[in-house]
Amino acid sequence: MSIIDTVKQAATGMMVKLTPDAPPDPLIARKHGALGTSVPRIDGPRKVRGKAQFAAEVPAENMTYAALLYSTVARGRITALDTAATEAVPGVVFVMTHRNAPRLKPPALFQTDPRAAGASSLPVMQDAEIHWNGEPVAIVLAETQEQADHAKSLITVAYQAEPARLSFAEAATQSHQPPNVMGEPAMIQVGDAEAALAGAAFKVDLTFRTPRHSHAAIEPHAATVWWDGDQLVVHDTTQMLHQERWTLAGIFGIPEESIRILSPFVGGGFGGKGLWSHQILAVAASKLSGRPVRVALSREGVFRIAGGRTTTEQRVALGAKADGTLAALIHTGIVAMTEHNNCPEQFTFPARHLYAADAMLLEQRVAEMDMLANTFMRAPGESIGTFALETAMDELAEAMGIDPIELRRRLEPEKDPTSGHAFSSRNILEAYAKGAERFGWDKRSPVPRSRREGEWLVGMGVATATYPYYRMPGAAARVTLTRDGHARVAMASHEMGMGTATVQAQAGADRLGLPVENVTFEYGDTLLPAGTIAGGSSQTASIAAAVTAASAKLVADLLKRAGNDSPLAGLSADDVEARDGGLGHRDGGDRFESYASILGRAGLEEVSAEAEAPPPMEVMSYSMHSYGAQFCEARVNAVTGEVRVSRFLGSFDTGRILNPRNATSQFRGGIIMGLGLALMEETEFDERSGRVMNPSLAEYHVPVHLDVPEIDVIWTDIPDPHAPLGAHGIGEIGITGVGAAVANAIYSATGKRVRDLPITLDKLL
Amino acid sequence: MTPFSFARADDAAAAVRMGGAPGAKYLGGGTNLVDLMRETVEQPTSLVDVTGLGDAIEERADGGLLIGAAARNTAVAGHRTVRTRYPALSRAILAGASGQIRNMATMGGNLLQRTRCTYFYDAAARCNKRVPGAGCDAVEGFNRIHAILGASPACVATHPSDMCVALAALDAVVHLQGGAGTRSLPLVDLHRLPGGRPDMETTLEPSELITAVELPALPMAARSTYRKVRDRASYAFALVSVAAALDVAADGTVRDVRLALGGVAHKPWRAAMAEQALRGQPATEASFRAAAEAELADAAPLAHNAFKVELAKRTITAVLAELTGDRA
Ligand SMILES: Cc1cc2nc3c(=O)[nH]c(=O)nc-3n(C[C@H](O)[C@H](O)[C@H](O)COP(=O)(O)OP(=O)(O)OC[C@H]3O[C@@H](n4cnc5c(N)ncnc54)[C@H](O)[C@@H]3O)c2cc1C
Ligand code: SF4
Repeated sequence: MSIIDTVKQAATGMMVKLTPDAPPDPLIARKHGALGTSVPRIDGPRKVRGKAQFAAEVPAENMTYAALLYSTVARGRITALDTAATEAVPGVVFVMTHRNAPRLKPPALFQTDPRAAGASSLPVMQDAEIHWNGEPVAIVLAETQEQADHAKSLITVAYQAEPARLSFAEAATQSHQPPNVMGEPAMIQVGDAEAALAGAAFKVDLTFRTPRHSHAAIEPHAATVWWDGDQLVVHDTTQMLHQERWTLAGIFGIPEESIRILSPFVGGGFGGKGLWSHQILAVAASKLSGRPVRVALSREGVFRIAGGRTTTEQRVALGAKADGTLAALIHTGIVAMTEHNNCPEQFTFPARHLYAADAMLLEQRVAEMDMLANTFMRAPGESIGTFALETAMDELAEAMGIDPIELRRRLEPEKDPTSGHAFSSRNILEAYAKGAERFGWDKRSPVPRSRREGEWLVGMGVATATYPYYRMPGAAARVTLTRDGHARVAMASHEMGMGTATVQAQAGADRLGLPVENVTFEYGDTLLPAGTIAGGSSQTASIAAAVTAASAKLVADLLKRAGNDSPLAGLSADDVEARDGGLGHRDGGDRFESYASILGRAGLEEVSAEAEAPPPMEVMSYSMHSYGAQFCEARVNAVTGEVRVSRFLGSFDTGRILNPRNATSQFRGGIIMGLGLALMEETEFDERSGRVMNPSLAEYHVPVHLDVPEIDVIWTDIPDPHAPLGAHGIGEIGITGVGAAVANAIYSATGKRVRDLPITLDKLL
Repeated sequence: MTPFSFARADDAAAAVRMGGAPGAKYLGGGTNLVDLMRETVEQPTSLVDVTGLGDAIEERADGGLLIGAAARNTAVAGHRTVRTRYPALSRAILAGASGQIRNMATMGGNLLQRTRCTYFYDAAARCNKRVPGAGCDAVEGFNRIHAILGASPACVATHPSDMCVALAALDAVVHLQGGAGTRSLPLVDLHRLPGGRPDMETTLEPSELITAVELPALPMAARSTYRKVRDRASYAFALVSVAAALDVAADGTVRDVRLALGGVAHKPWRAAMAEQALRGQPATEASFRAAAEAELADAAPLAHNAFKVELAKRTITAVLAELTGDRA
């Protein structure tokens, strides 16, 4: 279900408070608060000292350690399974297979319900059926991890293999449109794009291929779980606390309230830390064995049972008229998926909102394969969609003989090209202009292969970055104010290393008129008010909207309690603002009372208010997106084809920047991941067996320090008047456009276009 | 990992005795062996830790260098004499793995590290090296990192070491101790080509221990280098690598040359044909390229690694050209 659908549903029959034309968040105008400053990360010292406890480090008395055995066929049935030798290993506590696993409901698939978290709807270990190569077929619990790992290696399994759909090319011949793509139509057609293309003065018609990627967060997936009677405790590393709780409740047929999930630290999420089979198996095995279970996936385990980015084949065809505007924009393609998940990699989304064109054809298709369910991975769709679209733009600019930035200027639309909505905030050309100046774009030669330094050919490339603004409905926050002038802001949200706790403390401080040191942000626990998922770069806005609502409620309550003896007597909530540790009249005059004084008179130690954020109506009336311009200087070795990115600059337009230090880190991290996408990341899926052949960081390459140049990051810092705090999420946009910027720089250096990722040296020899 | 017993050897004789027990293996830094044990590819029942044995780096009276088998890779790469008189060796070691791994890895372990063929690592795949006669899943599978020279239908794996390529070029000799006494062997004869028995990777006798590696005095090695081509800037195995030493006479002809290739074969590949083709020839790019062509004339690439043939030729040419220039 899309955000829009959820909003529509939520809005039906209820008063919508935040109308599209609600006044901008007053904090946007406030200049001297904590927001906008580089408050250092609150979790930093604890992490540096090793004091932050991650899910695989939570102690428990009587702990058992789990090892998972993975299937070695892609499709078929288990015909024999012998665990006798395993059970005889000293230290082994319990062995679970489909034969003794408890009966479990299939996980509710993510997006089939706003509360669902299942990465796949396949039942977990319920029968002898195998659905992908790597599916868990047994879980062994032992007194130590080493005993469990050894014991698991003694299980013998025989399979009756069945024909499996393992060839993407073959599966692609049976492709079909999914019912929707993240709630939006799978196909958008405006006019007759093919005819317009045929008649265009300039055209390019290109095919791009992108490979599978596996999640490689520094912290592999892990959970420590136990049952306390019928109460279940799960220490997990997750980006969807309440969704996981609701889904587990459904799987195990128990009330949601009997489950508590804690996840104070997530060692990198990137879309991968959802509900996979290991948590479900650990909970089931803990139930049957009566012991706490720690399941910490090995790196191989992550590759086998936690999905990543799927493979795509994309076509981008662009037809331009003599005046340089677009007659036709076509972006179509096929992705590999399973019938048990719903993650069609929204690669056409950038094309839906970036460029004006007379005719458009945007279509996504899926090809079903017998593989591990693919999932979200930092800017799913947008990362690889911009690779195709923005490389094609570069090729079109060249065909037209104009500068690629000039081409983007000519194609800038007045309103959203597919929805027709006004843009809430779009300063992409400013981002381009600033970036070009700082990067020295004017020094780029339009002629490829025109700069050489020794063995190295040097080139420059540019591409557009874009990612939607999302705000997830359903978030609630609680704000508690204490008499000593401190506040606690609470929501079951997620700190995956982005700086959420820090930025939300800043926002809470400004919202309540307190110094940032006096505000604590509590998160990572389902005992707190329900949060939304940390996905779609939405969490900052989702939390901010809920905190705004809770704070408003708190202010109203405080005014009521202030009573007739207060300097505030007679003022309504609309008349006052929070400042200097209390409430004061908006006119800035001396009608002011501190929180300490209000609470003191009322004889209270603390007051608290909880409220849910209004539905994100803003996305229904505006086209809300973030933008950026990615500039890359690449050097390609003329002898060996090796590529080194020597300079990179990202120039972003993502609304107001709430914490420059955090923001820089988010953008840089995204760009580094983009360098991996461009140059080296590839999950080797053997189409004969359906098996991933490089499930290790030795062979699955991500950038190492030496691959990463100094990355310069700048931004427009122009607030979006329709977003809480004026800000957009920034977790994902950094990776978008990077693939194309690198590919375009490589073209500029060498005169070679590479349209299938990763761009390894063999493609440049 | 399968349970095993562990003992530390105090001297070579004790090591060889303990190493003779069935299922025993020597343990160096463990950076390769322990990984393989975790994957159950290796399942020794006892480990004999040999890191306490000789790790000295000694200059010999004849001008050569003797490096104890337990010497850590980092120590060897940083050794003054190695850096000045055998720069190819220092550069080769530093091009491999990571700082942390090189701190652990030993000379002996580096020589005997096993292939990175991903089918060898995965117990679910067919692999003649792991299970003789099982078949080879790499021949028709992902073989971008596999061999182009000297392979057999039974196995197309490569030897992954960087260090060994430099040793092969520099005429290194391996010192061994076994039940029958001591002997020495040119490094180029230590590793085997796969033939029909890819599981037999070396010419070592069972339980034979590597005690040292000797570098002969080779004045031309002072003008030697190592170049590694890989998929990222660091921490990746070689797709192709070249170790070379070059001696150019006053008249501009090649007086002598040493050349070895990595990433192309089941063993560090001494490019004897290219060397022969070069001696007496003018030290020009044209001769270098011709020599490289000669060496790779018999290359038999697979579906995904044909690029290595051209890459090897280009890298050889560039390295030799570099050694004739002022920069070497
Ligand atoms: C992630 C990663 C990346 C790497 N990248 C590179 C790279 O780029 N280039 C490169 O060259 N290497 C690379 N390596 C491999 C590394 O160089 C080897 O793992 C290391 O050199 C092995 O040395 P060790 O002492 O740890 O050997 P061990 O793992 O202890 O032993 C390896 C083998 O040698 C045997 N052995 C050890 N000592 C003796 C002895 N004295 N006599 C007889 N047999 C002995 C052992 O029985 C075992 O079979 C990498 C390794 C890893 C894990
Ligand atoms: S190439 Fe050699 S190591 Fe690799 S699978 Fe084949 S036999 Fe095994």
